[in-house]
Amino acid sequence: MKYEDRLQNVTVLGAAGKMGSGILLLTAVEMADLSLQPQNKNKTFVLNAMDVSDEALFGLMGYLREQVRKIAEKKTVLLRQLYADREDLIENFQIIDEYIFRVLNIVRPTTAVEVAYRSNIIFEAIKEDPALKHKVLSGIKKNSEKNPWFFTNTSSIPITELDEAAELGGNIIGFHFYNPPAVQKLVEVIRSKHTSDDLFDFAMTYAKNLRKIVVPSNDIAGFIGNGHFMRDALYGIQQVEKLATEFGYVKALYAINKITQDYLVRPMGIFQLTDYVGIEVCQYIMAVMNPYLKDENLHSSILDKMVEQGVKGGQYSSGAQKDGFLKYEKGRPIAIWDIDNKKYINIDSFAAEVDAKLGVLPASYKPWKVVNFNRNKEALLTAFFEDLNSMKTLGATLAKDYNKRSNEIGLQLISSNVAKDNEAVNTVMLTGFYHAYGPINNYLK
Amino acid sequence: MIPHKKVYMYGGYNTISMGTGRKEFNPKAVRSGVEDYIKEAGQGVLKQIGGAKNVDEGVIGNFMAARFNNQANLPGFLPMIDEGLSMKYGTSVEGACGSGGLALQSGIRNVLAGTSEITLAVGFEVQNTYKAIYGADILAGAGWYQKRKTGHAYFFPGQFSDRAGAYFAKYGKENARKGMSRWYANAIENSRLDPTAQEYHNTNPDPYNTCLKMEPNGKAFVDNLNYLDCSKVSDGASGIAICSEEGLKRIGVAKSEAVEVLSFVHAVRDITKDPKDLTELEAIKFATNKALNELGITAKDLATIELHDCFSIAGILTLEALGLAEKGKGCDFVSEGNTARTGFIPVNTTGGLIGWGHPTGGTGVHQSVTIWQQLTGRAGNAQIKIPSDRPYGMTVNMGGDDVTISVIIFKRG
Ligand SMILES: NC(=O)c1ccc[n+]([C@@H]2O[C@H](COP(=O)([O-])OP(=O)(O)OC[C@H]3O[C@@H](n4cnc5c(N)ncnc54)[C@H](O)[C@@H]3O)[C@@H](O)[C@H]2O)c1
Repeated sequence: MKYEDRLQNVTVLGAAGKMGSGILLLTAVEMADLSLQPQNKNKTFVLNAMDVSDEALFGLMGYLREQVRKIAEKKTVLLRQLYADREDLIENFQIIDEYIFRVLNIVRPTTAVEVAYRSNIIFEAIKEDPALKHKVLSGIKKNSEKNPWFFTNTSSIPITELDEAAELGGNIIGFHFYNPPAVQKLVEVIRSKHTSDDLFDFAMTYAKNLRKIVVPSNDIAGFIGNGHFMRDALYGIQQVEKLATEFGYVKALYAINKITQDYLVRPMGIFQLTDYVGIEVCQYIMAVMNPYLKDENLHSSILDKMVEQGVKGGQYSSGAQKDGFLKYEKGRPIAIWDIDNKKYINIDSFAAEVDAKLGVLPASYKPWKVVNFNRNKEALLTAFFEDLNSMKTLGATLAKDYNKRSNEIGLQLISSNVAKDNEAVNTVMLTGFYHAYGPINNYLK
Repeated sequence: MIPHKKVYMYGGYNTISMGTGRKEFNPKAVRSGVEDYIKEAGQGVLKQIGGAKNVDEGVIGNFMAARFNNQANLPGFLPMIDEGLSMKYGTSVEGACGSGGLALQSGIRNVLAGTSEITLAVGFEVQNTYKAIYGADILAGAGWYQKRKTGHAYFFPGQFSDRAGAYFAKYGKENARKGMSRWYANAIENSRLDPTAQEYHNTNPDPYNTCLKMEPNGKAFVDNLNYLDCSKVSDGASGIAICSEEGLKRIGVAKSEAVEVLSFVHAVRDITKDPKDLTELEAIKFATNKALNELGITAKDLATIELHDCFSIAGILTLEALGLAEKGKGCDFVSEGNTARTGFIPVNTTGGLIGWGHPTGGTGVHQSVTIWQQLTGRAGNAQIKIPSDRPYGMTVNMGGDDVTISVIIFKRG
């Protein structure tokens, strides 16, 4: 089947979720663009936006409309060419409106899973629950008229296991977008033991058309991205526990979050990132990964307790950050959750004291947003880490240890055969997590 | 045309040219509107001329408030500037990006007709109300609508990109790009000397190379121009008083504090016709030469020019139209430094449209304000030396693609 024919009928499962809505957007745009090509003028394109939540589906079309507009505004030059024969469309705004309509007109929101039975391709982005995924995928496989290809967005479940448990016969591939899919360039592609070459080739073409950077990962729970992130976060929690004996929990958490953001020149601290992904999501991913890992226990009782207390982070449907380890005001952390007394403590009330204990930042420190987009990034980082290297403050020591641990995790991903090489690990952290430098680096000798 | 009686301009005022580049610009926040800009520029002039009681008539130049701001009936805003303008004659004129120049031409004519001794002229545009891609639709109104369908998404950059392409083909791209990049660098360097300029905060240490190295990209923008070759989207207003000798007396201002209009020409080219030669600005050539000839001088007698560089290539073609350089040599003329502030003939001494900004309907007025400042020693850090044997300043304001052209030659009064 030709690429565009296969994309004539597609279903996204979990289409109203964080990942599903982004996958839906990108796929809808790709399908609309195909439909605009002269050879496809008489073909029908259908994209089912399937989700169990009516409430979530209700807001989905509004989100799509807004996002498609942004995309259309960026490619109006091309759209004018594509609509050259439409004499009624003269001004940019008319062309953009028409294009938005074309994209939205392909999308069918629904709560009925049966729509997937007629699809050639199923993108799966439902909850990270192995049993649920097995059930949903095998149900579609059994009832389908089409012998469809499944693209799963699972963050942690091995693809071979999904393939075998749902009896998909190799018609599945891990196609792991990063959040948010419309913005993040990275996709980790994971083949099951049985994934066919045809399916893999299609996946690569699709990724290329979406202008994604593909990093192949081996089929080991967590893959590269979460393989690093989960261990990195766990290390952060362990550091907090250690430091808490001296600092107290709240101040220790503040300190480690600061170390990981400022001293490691990252876009956000490790606990802000955990909140961003969602504390429950992290807990879940660790639980899914854990059974597959030898000599390692990927689990944190602090995460369990946070979830128990109902403090879970994640995002509102508007994209705004929910409170978690940190409390946010206009997107900025302002307080830390006191897990013992179940309340937030304002950062202002102790920041100066903790900062003093950590000691001054290296003189050459510049925040991530200055460094990461700088033409002289390499030189800035070299200077910064040279300074850091020579310092013996508590802050510098914690930072050096953290950096070393991140490096170990990276190397472990290669030695355990999850990632092919240094570049694969670094690319994932640079593009998927927006780190200014990869975990495998020579900044600290 | 040589005025049959003396006409002066005095009391010029510019608001900031607001838009990307200014530190205080925030596209997401509520910003100053049409009312604020008109008021600031109008009151800025009135303060210098003893208030609204001295004004007989008002004229507003604006291009597309009807679409950018859903606002028409602009004369009604004159009394908002000062209630002393209530119940007086007021009009507004439109000639696309040449609207400001047209406001001055109209004001000069009324003073000559004797209906007014002092006319307040204000030009403005508030165009950050739309994203550039939709603003391009609105600005395309300066061209013939029948051509919109086949035009570029960024319609006007598309028109001038075609001119640049023709110029490259005829005279060589590399040399032309060098001249265009020098044009950009001059604009930035000059705008840093005027606190109201949109590029006033620009700190790029090497604007020339930034522009030279930025290859035009037809996929995202147009084929032969990069973003730096283009004036930006601006909100701004300028005002000036147009006075007879009688008028100057009324406000007690010495002639030497004003500039005298020696020659003024307005010429229009058929908007439905494509330019005959893409490498020539025919109407600008006609209007500038007419203004110079009537005075019996050449462009080499000018001390400075404020010309319409909506795009760097338009600036270079204007130099050629003026006869300052032969056809195809305008880029070299610029590359050699002749138009820099220290060069033979400083051009656009506060940055022009690319550096100072291009609030479309305000630009023509802004150009006269700059000439008034330069010729009367009011240009502050941007002040250039005016040679005593070449005491003239010229403005060249263009609407559309070489369609509505306004040229004025001034001298200190
Ligand atoms: N959030 C991230 O950062 C991220 C990144 C990469 C991959 N992932 C993976 O993507 C998947 C989805 O994660 P998310 O963060 O978008 O979760 P989410 O909770 O935002 O979205 C899940 C959606 O699935 C819907 N859903 C639940 N059960 C369903 C069913 N049986 N049929 C159809 N829809 C159902 C829910 O209503 C919800 O809208 C998970 O496998 C997750 O591991 C998440």
